[in-house]
Amino acid sequence: MKKVFGRPEALTDVPTHYCPGCTHGIIHRLIAEVIDELGVCEKTIGISPVGCAVLAYDYFNCDFVEASHGRAPAVATGIKRTLPDSVVFCYQGDGDLASIGAAEIVHAATRGEKITVIFVNNAIYGMTGGQMAPTTLPGQRTTTSPRGRDVESAGHPIRVAELLSSLSGVAYISRVSATSPANVTKAKRAVRKAFETQIEGKGFSLVEFLSTCPINWGMSPLEAMKWIDDKMSLYYPLGDYTRVPEVG
Amino acid sequence: MQEQVIFAGFGGQGVMLIGQLVTYAGMIEGANVSWMPSYGPEMRGGTANCQVVVSSTEVSSPLVTEPTSLIALNKPSLDKFAPWVKSGGLIIYNSSLIESPPERTDVRILAVPANKVANELGDLRIANMVALGAYLATTRVVGCDTVLDAMKRVLPERRHNLIPLNRQALARGIEIASVWHSRDQGEVSGAE
Amino acid sequence: MGEKVLMKGNEAIAEAAILAGCRHFFGYPITPQNEIPEYMSRRMPEVGGVFLQAESEVAGSNMVYGAACAGARVMTTSSSPGISLMQEAISYMAGAELPCVLVNIVRGGPGLGGIQGSQADYFQATKGGGHGDYRLIVLAPASVQELMDLTITAFDLADMYRIPVMILGDAILGQMMEPVIPGRRGKADLPPKTWATVGAKMRPKNVITSLSLDPAKLEQHNFDLGKKYNKIADEQVRYKTYMTDDAETLLVAYGTCARISQAAVDMARERGLRVGLFRPVSLWPFPYEALQLAAEESLRVLTVEMSLGQMVEDVRLAILGSKPVRFYGRTGGMTPTPREVLEEIERIVEEGI
Ligand SMILES: Cc1ncc(C[n+]2csc(CCOP(=O)(O)OP(=O)(O)O)c2C)c(N)n1
Ligand code: SF4
Repeated sequence: MKKVFGRPEALTDVPTHYCPGCTHGIIHRLIAEVIDELGVCEKTIGISPVGCAVLAYDYFNCDFVEASHGRAPAVATGIKRTLPDSVVFCYQGDGDLASIGAAEIVHAATRGEKITVIFVNNAIYGMTGGQMAPTTLPGQRTTTSPRGRDVESAGHPIRVAELLSSLSGVAYISRVSATSPANVTKAKRAVRKAFETQIEGKGFSLVEFLSTCPINWGMSPLEAMKWIDDKMSLYYPLGDYTRVPEVG
Repeated sequence: MQEQVIFAGFGGQGVMLIGQLVTYAGMIEGANVSWMPSYGPEMRGGTANCQVVVSSTEVSSPLVTEPTSLIALNKPSLDKFAPWVKSGGLIIYNSSLIESPPERTDVRILAVPANKVANELGDLRIANMVALGAYLATTRVVGCDTVLDAMKRVLPERRHNLIPLNRQALARGIEIASVWHSRDQGEVSGAE
Repeated sequence: MGEKVLMKGNEAIAEAAILAGCRHFFGYPITPQNEIPEYMSRRMPEVGGVFLQAESEVAGSNMVYGAACAGARVMTTSSSPGISLMQEAISYMAGAELPCVLVNIVRGGPGLGGIQGSQADYFQATKGGGHGDYRLIVLAPASVQELMDLTITAFDLADMYRIPVMILGDAILGQMMEPVIPGRRGKADLPPKTWATVGAKMRPKNVITSLSLDPAKLEQHNFDLGKKYNKIADEQVRYKTYMTDDAETLLVAYGTCARISQAAVDMARERGLRVGLFRPVSLWPFPYEALQLAAEESLRVLTVEMSLGQMVEDVRLAILGSKPVRFYGRTGGMTPTPREVLEEIERIVEEGI
């Protein structure tokens, strides 16, 4: 009999600690399915961030390393340069990647590090209880932007996929969401492409997920999905952002 | 007098609030007080508790490790904290959610069907106040009126319309405790 | 004096900064001190101040460096991992003699560690967490009222001596609520900030730097710093004692551990044991002489910390081998209970140490 909704081999059967309606769990699952399909679990090393996904190492069956806040791409570089045949992926939130770790991600991308980054953009700091993130939308209320994000003083949200796509070391970048079955299918295709890009040695790859944080957005899980479709994806359009790498 | 109490339950049951009300009321009445919450990711959907000291002398340790009273609104909290209670102390537990009483013979135990009473009053969210009423009536650590006074200061203005309902909930808790007292403090519940 | 209000420790720090005239706050979220930036994001716009969430603690602490150069009363706050990232800026500010207030609401480490209270950053705070020959003034409050009062004092000390001042709290102090009487900015006689880089109008230009390529000059700069540190060590020692007069066993503890130890002293006294507590309030300068005096009549010293034993090294320096110094600690976010401390007291009394 064909397993229709079994647990991917690359996932443990530990229940996750994510809140109801949080899409971190779906994203884990898509990554695990791709690792299974590519048959690379035994040579994959994951790097978890500081953020709600800090315990990702409990949920994946591959080797894992916990990095300090924002430094996952640097840690990944060290691993990949030591083990060039391994498959290395970073899993990072928006605070981790686009705020404190902005330097590390830019330089890993521009060096064309052969790693895959799964970037979870939920427009807020989840783990620390809902503070403003570099991707918080203009006007969005958070615990450190109680009157709504004022771009005059707090600056503008960062479009990570677009920003990194200007770098020549980048081989593949896509922005996806998991708000509908169709979007999940597209998202999985993007994750697979990103891992393949790495395995084929083409360069740096990144998939940006627009992800929910119902708890800190103060919404129900359904409202949160809708907010991604109606609000977030206007500021952060879905799709591929890969430029054709320049030939020197 | 030194009352050291733990209020514990699910996150969302309002244990932090009733702890704060007792602390605030203690301050208004001129006692020395401290309030110490549990915090962090484990509170998402998990258990929450706060430790309160109300004392006629300076509060030394704000951490309550040998409580004189425990108010447990759910089973995990009762299981965790019941063994901590000082011999001769008091345990009030939410008998709507906890089937069997704690296995202690050296403390006073009061069952309060807090959810049931709150439901009767039409709002499950005031179960915490029913338990608080029972606690105030049993220990008299602070006055009931002072708690209502504290509530005015703790709640934002737009929520002051909730105060009458909370007063009712407190009153029902007090009633349950007095029935229990008049039955000579056996392990019974006044409303069941 | 104002009316008593019930406040969280973290909020008391934030409000104290406002009361002290701090109008510039830079910080990055980290548990268990998020209430401070959150409070500042609400309050600063109300008082015409600046709140900015930095992209990291590296950036936030350098924003503090900049605002201090421009003559502002400025503060940043964080918890252990974030304070580690600030060590570069702290060393530069110490070198450039810039006033600022830093708050560390310590959590368990090392590494990412946990989020419960700890005192494991004592070495980092008092022995120079960054590079170079420098000192911070380090104050250790033990109640919400003291968090308020010492934060206000910290701004004055920073300006008075042109030095970064650190408030070393912990997660318990930051999270707990106690009644506070809001403090007031004292009338400290503070030197004008003639050195600040605010534009060279009608005066020769000011330069703020910690660079000095000529070793002789750098040595002189270090000697000057040393003189300043000695002056502070003479003038700013702070400590409190509790029942030390007839104490045979002298506890030494700061911050939360002092509160717990005080409860243990009471329990011990009930049992007829002569126990007292010495509480350093300034961790740098450490009250070496006062502690030595307080311990003179006692038979033994017991240091209690939420660490593997850090302040105990300074306690030993103060006691200089004249009495046995024992250590009791819990770490990683665990807290000693008064009973545990009492049992340790009974153990060492029984052992006849
Ligand atoms: C150096 C340092 N600074 C701050 C923190 C506190 N911290 C933990 S997670 C986090 C941000 C989490 O947000 P994000 O990366 O967006 O991930 P999410 O939790 O939303 O998935 C912060 C600031 C830390 N652990 N270390
Ligand atoms: S806080 Fe937000 S990001 Fe974190 S687990 Fe909950 S919903 Fe997900």
